[in-house]
Amino acid sequence: MHSILFVVFAPLAAAIIAGFGNRMLGNTGAKLVTTGALFLSAALSWPIFIGFLTGSASAEVVPVLQWVRSGDMTFDWALRVDTLTAVMLVVINTVSALVHLYSWGYMDEDPSQPRFFAYLSLFTFAMLMLVTADNLVQMFFGWEGVGLASYLLIGFWYHKPSAGAAAIKAFVVNRVGDLGFMLGIFGTYLVFSTTSIPEILEAAASMSGATIGFLGARWPTMDILCILLFIGAMGKSAQLGLHTWLPDAMEGPTPVSALIHAATMVTAGVFMVCRLSPMFEAAPIALAMVTVVGAATCFFAATIGTTQWDIKRVIAYSTCSQLGYMFFAAGVGAYGAAMFHLFTHAFFKALLFLGAGSVIHAMHHEQDMRYYGGLRKRIPITFWAMMAGTLAITGLGVYHLGAGFAGFWSKDAIIEVAFARGTGAASFAFWMGVIAALLTSFYSWRLMFLTFWGTPRWIESEHIQHCVHKTPEEAGADTTGGYHPHESPWVMLIPLIVLTVGAVAAGQIFAPAFLDSADFWGGSIFYNENLIHAMHEVPYWVKYSAFVVMLLGLSGAVYAYLLKPDVPAKFVSAVAPLHNFVFRKWYFDELYDAIFVKPAFWFGHQFWKLGDIATIDRFGPNGVAWAVQRGAVAAKSIQSGYLYTYALIMLLGLIAATTYALL
Amino acid sequence: MDGFPILSIMLLVPLAGAIICLFVEANAARWTALLATFATFALGVMLWANYDIGGDQWQFTERAELVAGFSYALGIDGISLLLIMLSVFLMPICVLASWGAIQKRVGEYMSAFLFMETLMIGTFAAQDIFLFYVFFEAGLIPMYLIIGVWGGDNRIYASYKFFLYTLIGSVLMLIAMFWMVALAGTSDIPTLMQYDFPAGAQTWLWLAFFASFAVKVPMWPFHTWLPDAHVQAPTAGSVILAGVLLKLGGYGFLRFSLPMFPQASADFAWLVFALSMVAVVYTSLVALVQHDMKKLIAYSSVAHMAIVTVGLFAFNVQGLEGAVIIMLSHGLVSGALFLCVGVIYDRLHTREIERYGALSNNMPYYALFFLLFTMASIGLPGTSGFVGEFLSLAGIYQVSTTVALICTTGIILGAAYMLYLYRRVAFGPEKNEDAQAMGDISPREWAMLAPIAAVVMWMGVYPESFLAPMRADIAALDARIAAAAPASDSQLAVGTPKADAANAVPYVESHSNDAKDGEH
Repeated sequence: MHSILFVVFAPLAAAIIAGFGNRMLGNTGAKLVTTGALFLSAALSWPIFIGFLTGSASAEVVPVLQWVRSGDMTFDWALRVDTLTAVMLVVINTVSALVHLYSWGYMDEDPSQPRFFAYLSLFTFAMLMLVTADNLVQMFFGWEGVGLASYLLIGFWYHKPSAGAAAIKAFVVNRVGDLGFMLGIFGTYLVFSTTSIPEILEAAASMSGATIGFLGARWPTMDILCILLFIGAMGKSAQLGLHTWLPDAMEGPTPVSALIHAATMVTAGVFMVCRLSPMFEAAPIALAMVTVVGAATCFFAATIGTTQWDIKRVIAYSTCSQLGYMFFAAGVGAYGAAMFHLFTHAFFKALLFLGAGSVIHAMHHEQDMRYYGGLRKRIPITFWAMMAGTLAITGLGVYHLGAGFAGFWSKDAIIEVAFARGTGAASFAFWMGVIAALLTSFYSWRLMFLTFWGTPRWIESEHIQHCVHKTPEEAGADTTGGYHPHESPWVMLIPLIVLTVGAVAAGQIFAPAFLDSADFWGGSIFYNENLIHAMHEVPYWVKYSAFVVMLLGLSGAVYAYLLKPDVPAKFVSAVAPLHNFVFRKWYFDELYDAIFVKPAFWFGHQFWKLGDIATIDRFGPNGVAWAVQRGAVAAKSIQSGYLYTYALIMLLGLIAATTYALL
Repeated sequence: MDGFPILSIMLLVPLAGAIICLFVEANAARWTALLATFATFALGVMLWANYDIGGDQWQFTERAELVAGFSYALGIDGISLLLIMLSVFLMPICVLASWGAIQKRVGEYMSAFLFMETLMIGTFAAQDIFLFYVFFEAGLIPMYLIIGVWGGDNRIYASYKFFLYTLIGSVLMLIAMFWMVALAGTSDIPTLMQYDFPAGAQTWLWLAFFASFAVKVPMWPFHTWLPDAHVQAPTAGSVILAGVLLKLGGYGFLRFSLPMFPQASADFAWLVFALSMVAVVYTSLVALVQHDMKKLIAYSSVAHMAIVTVGLFAFNVQGLEGAVIIMLSHGLVSGALFLCVGVIYDRLHTREIERYGALSNNMPYYALFFLLFTMASIGLPGTSGFVGEFLSLAGIYQVSTTVALICTTGIILGAAYMLYLYRRVAFGPEKNEDAQAMGDISPREWAMLAPIAAVVMWMGVYPESFLAPMRADIAALDARIAAAAPASDSQLAVGTPKADAANAVPYVESHSNDAKDGEH
């Protein structure tokens, strides 16, 4: 038996056992089963990955079960293992195992822990099915499966109306993307007569000059197919236009945000584009769209990140922004760089989220950074872990020293490769990437300074007030309110420490393989040797641009949040309209509510009341009934019971019949 | 199975049960009905086990000539087999669902149900067109009674509406049948399926059949009887209505309209597509604003059945097979959803969505089942709903991308109204004390829901069990209608492939960065 079978199905088995054995197993049993399964999967994933890293493994497909045979359309359950899958396996299983462990502490007081752990393991299974898919339909299975798990986990605290709403929003917005994905699969089947990914990729180049009809117009075949599939990716990876669900998804417990909404599920779109990279390379228009959408998202989300107060929302917008980097890297043809950033981002973003969770845990569930401050000394391990995550995301590193944190290696490569590609879309992406790097540095340090530096502002928080039973007035000068933040338990700190290692070192160690080695990828993605070479040859000002803007962002944050804490408020009031626009998330939610949600309900109501009741029923069955009734009334008046009326009618009938016969 | 008239016995067992039920007291009637339906189900399993996949097209045939060319002819192909299995599978569950919910005239009620089972099996097994008509139309009567006698407050209006709608369509169909039999000289369905009717006549015949089947499906705008009928019907009535009676329309299209009038079917495909597209969007939006759970699910049925009709008229194997799988899946899933409504209706006696909420607290297993069926209804891969929807939509995409796009919006709208329903019932703050006091599902309710859940997952993960029996029949049908198939709007033109990948760049000469530092 191939170890991949255990890697994929152990989490499923654990989810079923924990979910259905809910009451028999108890909390500890459910937690042991799920966490144990995930550590097993993680332990089995690393050897697979190292096999590809050292070149000793080769791509293979492990069949599982027949799925659908319908005419010429066939697709089966099967597990594909190649380099691209192996990268995802270690990312998913490592982060998932750590998040399972972390949740022992974070969810300790929750009444329905078996359910939580069952959902987490179920999610992991679905994500693994997605990345091991050998055909588009199984990928879609995983795609929807992670969507279900995400829905369940966002809505985990289902008694909160906001959680229920966020869960639906996540599912429905993702379904908009899935509409594109499904049509993309149909179109791909129509063109290639198969849904097998290797077969499609092999034939893709031969269709690069083809045209096809879609919605009554002619289109370049590969472009329309790739655009449809990319719409799916936009939904899952929260790209501009279909991003609105991701910030709301923060309603879920923080470990969920770390696993699903940072490290794994939201990167599925990037994975999909990389998996299908030979197909996208036959579709220049679609690639330009990927580049522009990615670049726009990375800038747009970063602007919002600078204004939010909720610590998790800042990180959520940061995720959205970082996904934009991955997409435009793929769009300009550097799929290895996109996957590399996916890989490093998984570590440092999971670290930031779990660190934020540790802060929230310490601060009695308060998530508003306005009520933090001065936590550096109180929760030192969390502080240093967050510090490592921040240095990683802002990309600290010096080119000439050849040393840096994880984000330095992956993000700088993306910025450089966009410059090296040099097309209009790529140049746009380059500048957006640089500006977003500045904003990233600013909002990341803002988060750090507001949380860990300055004076404590804890007593302003309602959560803290509830805890210490004091109002700010009663607390007086002691702005801590006498509250004592406590460092998290070791089950939470160990995952932080492990991820810290990843955030510090993952870039340094793996850059040569991910960026520069066609052998490492082994044909699992489209590897553009010339482009990567050109990336290394970009001028120094490009190589140092990310570093310089990182310092600028840092200085801005130091100035505004450490040296002159009254500056931000003044600045905000000076540019109030602009600030409002950004703070209200560019009014996307309001816009969608006005053009989609409200009209849907309005039309539904109109169709029901005016369509069904006032038109169809009125002229249909009720109309017929009415006509029959009127006819009966008329008929009744004829049936008077008097002989002479019958005689008259008989006479009239006789005349009519005779007339008819004579004519 | 040679010589063993299993189909006739499957007709007789429930019929005998129906007669016994009329003469015994309530509890005995319940047990009789359960026994009879289980026996019929066991016969169904035997039927499936002995069905020879890849064998003759028509199996288990029985024939007895009656008066004037009208014969008692039974026989099934794979499609009939699957629909018969659906009927006999749902029947014991219906009896269980009515166990305590029906308290008045129990004997008559069970009798009506068993009688209906006979008629449904007969409809799917009939090989004589008039025999089919008798079974098809007689099915109206027990349903009419179930709604009219054991229904809700407004049951009389609903039952009349149901009766009027379905009857008017049928009259036209009967006239068409007479005409066909006169022309072809036989009332044998397999023969008629191979008979080439003149093109001009096909149009009128197709329309006459359409009048009947469109109401049964139901297609927009002939659907308004369905929400009323569902709302007024007792739970088990809704299960059978959604589970089996709605499938008669689709079965009719498969058995009559498509093979007998292929040309007219192709000519009228645009009409079917147009009505189906309207149905998907229109009824989904209507479902979104419902306050009554049963009405919401009824409207969702109309939207789902629209995917069946586009699949049927896609004129390719994926469309046809997808349509049959949706018919089976919808039968199970919407049946199960009505059972889920019934479970809480039995406790609180209201279908008003707002009267519930936060049921995940006190009814966790109920919430789990309800979630599973909700997900199956919105076509989550791994459940039966996905397989059918995916194949059907893949089929229609090969004919018209526009129709495919509009119909695929159903996956968004479906998610919206079902999850909105689920949220209001199972999630949210605890707002109704009486709803919070309800107990989780009983062993009897487990016995109703768990088997359906198992089949829904089975059909989603390994649909081959359901695709294999009908494969040859669908292939034969596809071959029969292929000549009339409408042209695809995709019209792929391969053209000359480009020489380079989109992101191909020339090789940049290496320069030592240190030396050329100043140039940039």
